[in-house]
Order: sequence, then structure tokens, then C-alpha cells
Amino acid sequence: MDLWQIVNRLLSRSGAGSKEIARERLRLILVHDRASVSPELLEHLKRDLLQVISRYMEVEERGLEIELASQEDTVALVASIPIRRVKRAVKVAPV
Amino acid sequence: MGETIVITSGKGGVGKTTATANIGAGLALLGHKVALVDADIGLRNLDVVLGLENRIVYDLVDVAHGHCRLKQALIRDKRFEGLYLLPAAQTKDKTAVNPEQMREICQELKKEFDYVIVDCPAGIEQGFRNAIAGADRAIVVTTPEVAAVRDADRVIGLLEAAGLNEPKLVINRLRPKMVRQGDMMDIEDILDILAVDLLGVVPEDERIIVSTNRGEPIVQERNSLAAEAFRNISRRILGEPVPLLDLESNGNLLVRLRKMLGLG
Repeated sequence: MDLWQIVNRLLSRSGAGSKEIARERLRLILVHDRASVSPELLEHLKRDLLQVISRYMEVEERGLEIELASQEDTVALVASIPIRRVKRAVKVAPV
Repeated sequence: MGETIVITSGKGGVGKTTATANIGAGLALLGHKVALVDADIGLRNLDVVLGLENRIVYDLVDVAHGHCRLKQALIRDKRFEGLYLLPAAQTKDKTAVNPEQMREICQELKKEFDYVIVDCPAGIEQGFRNAIAGADRAIVVTTPEVAAVRDADRVIGLLEAAGLNEPKLVINRLRPKMVRQGDMMDIEDILDILAVDLLGVVPEDERIIVSTNRGEPIVQERNSLAAEAFRNISRRILGEPVPLLDLESNGNLLVRLRKMLGLG
């Protein structure tokens, strides 16, 4: 914040600028808006996740559950993936 | 063969129609042949903003249903060489035209015109789907408000789902003073959230209201920052790399004082 903004803030009756409030509200709204994804998209995501995880461990495909859990200010991707066996040797490509 | 650009926003009242009129007139001033298409069937506005409301004989629906030829429905704007309007119908509703008919009309117009600019209705229903049907690229207009940016985000998603990738953003009605005071989201906030490319920023300008009252696009006015912003947007559409306007340099004494003190 530069000097001008500080002076402005001190002079303004409303206290802190409302821009930060607007930006934060917008961020949260969009997190929720964008989280309402189609079942089709979730199905694709499930398939891709399985593919990647299977490189490292054997998973129980039928027990796999995946959902977007929205709470007040965050949306989380929650996946429950039962594992049958972890592979002993994993070939990992150099990063 | 020309190009069709749809101007959309999701939310109403952000200045979509004014932007369409001024971008179209701006492109015409730069020597291009431009057809403006009002796709807001049932609630036509573009004719009024352009001051052409008394010259309408046929409209978009008449063309779509074969009641007249396309050329008969086009109104020539006598003030801007090369600028034409295809007005919307006022008495029908959005179902009077379908996306296939819109696509054909845009295709037909592109043979004659360098640019076909479609003014999309607010909302994301059939009117929106009609308006974007024939488009090659899209411009999204928003204002620095939570509701407008939220709707812009939704529209960007729908445009991309329809194959109109990388729409360009116009931020309308920015108030530099409020941004400076921390009471309005700035350009970076909005671009950060929407993750799209910026086409231009138009400052709030009372002269827009005056020009709309008169039915004259503001774009050719010399002493208006909004006009200059629209001229720049038109040039960027042509691919010219025009820098963003310095919205602070409008001769305001306080602004100049701040600059002198190194607070700008």
C-alpha cells in the first residue's frame, strides 16, 4: 500500500476500501460456481485418477468414490480409493 | 471473407450495446466494411443507440424467414462510411430464429463485409445460443462489479464449451478514482480471476449518456477518454498492439499534483 492509499483510507469514512471485500466475495462465489461440475466430467476425472494411481498401486476400482465437497469458504475434491496392494518397485520418470 | 465477432456479457446493463455500436463505428472509421447485427429479438436496442430507429423496414426475423433479401434489411449509417445495421425484430421473441439460421445469415454477411459484429442479448438462454452460433471469435464485456464478473465467468465457460476459445475481455465503466481509493476492483483483480486476455478498458464517461441520448456513437469524439478507449479497442481487433490508455491523465489537478509528488 502506498502513502496515497494510506492517506485516502484515513480520510474515508467507510474505513477499509470495499475492493478487497468485493474481490474476496467474488473469489468465493466463483469457487462454488466452478465447482458445480457435470457428472460426465467427474467420470472422466475418475478414469484419469485411476490411471495415474494404478502406476503406483493396485486399487479396488469398484470401491472408488469421488466428490466435490463444498464448505463455507472452500471446495475440496474428496476421493476415497481402496488399495489392494502397493507395488514394490515403481518406475518413476525423472522429474 | 470477413469475420464474425459476437459481443456478449451474461449480465445485462454492462454496456454491451454501447460497446457494439462504438466498436463497429470505430472499425468503420478505420476504413473497414462493418455489419452490426442486433440479436436481441423482442428487445431491440442497437438501432436506438445508433440513432437509426426511424429507418427500419425489415429485420433479422424477416431475413431468416425469407420475407425479404438480406440487402433490403440492412440499414446504411450515413455518418460512418461502410457501417450497416441489421436490426432485430421487436414484435417477435427469441424463438423466431434458430442457431442454424443465424449461422447462415452471418455466413452471407461475411461475404460482403470485413467484420460482422453481433450484439448478444443478456442471459445464457436461446438468445445467447443464437447470437454465438455464427461467431468466429467472442468479446466479453464486464464492469468492475461482483455480479458482472461472476456472469462473465459463466459466459466465458459457455463460449469455450461452444468452441469459441480465448474470448477477449472489455472492462467497461472503470472509475480510476474509486480504484485508487480502494473502492473498486482494478484491471488486474479482474484479469486474475477470469484468466482471459484483455482487449480494452473503457472509463466511466458521462458523455456516453449524452451521445446515447442523441443516438450518436461517441467513438469519433476527440475530448472523451471513453471514445479513445473504443478507438483503441477497434485497432486492437485489427491486430495492432495499442498500449492501454493512461486513465489518470485526464487533466485533473489532484492527479497532476499526485504525479508531481511521486505518488502516482
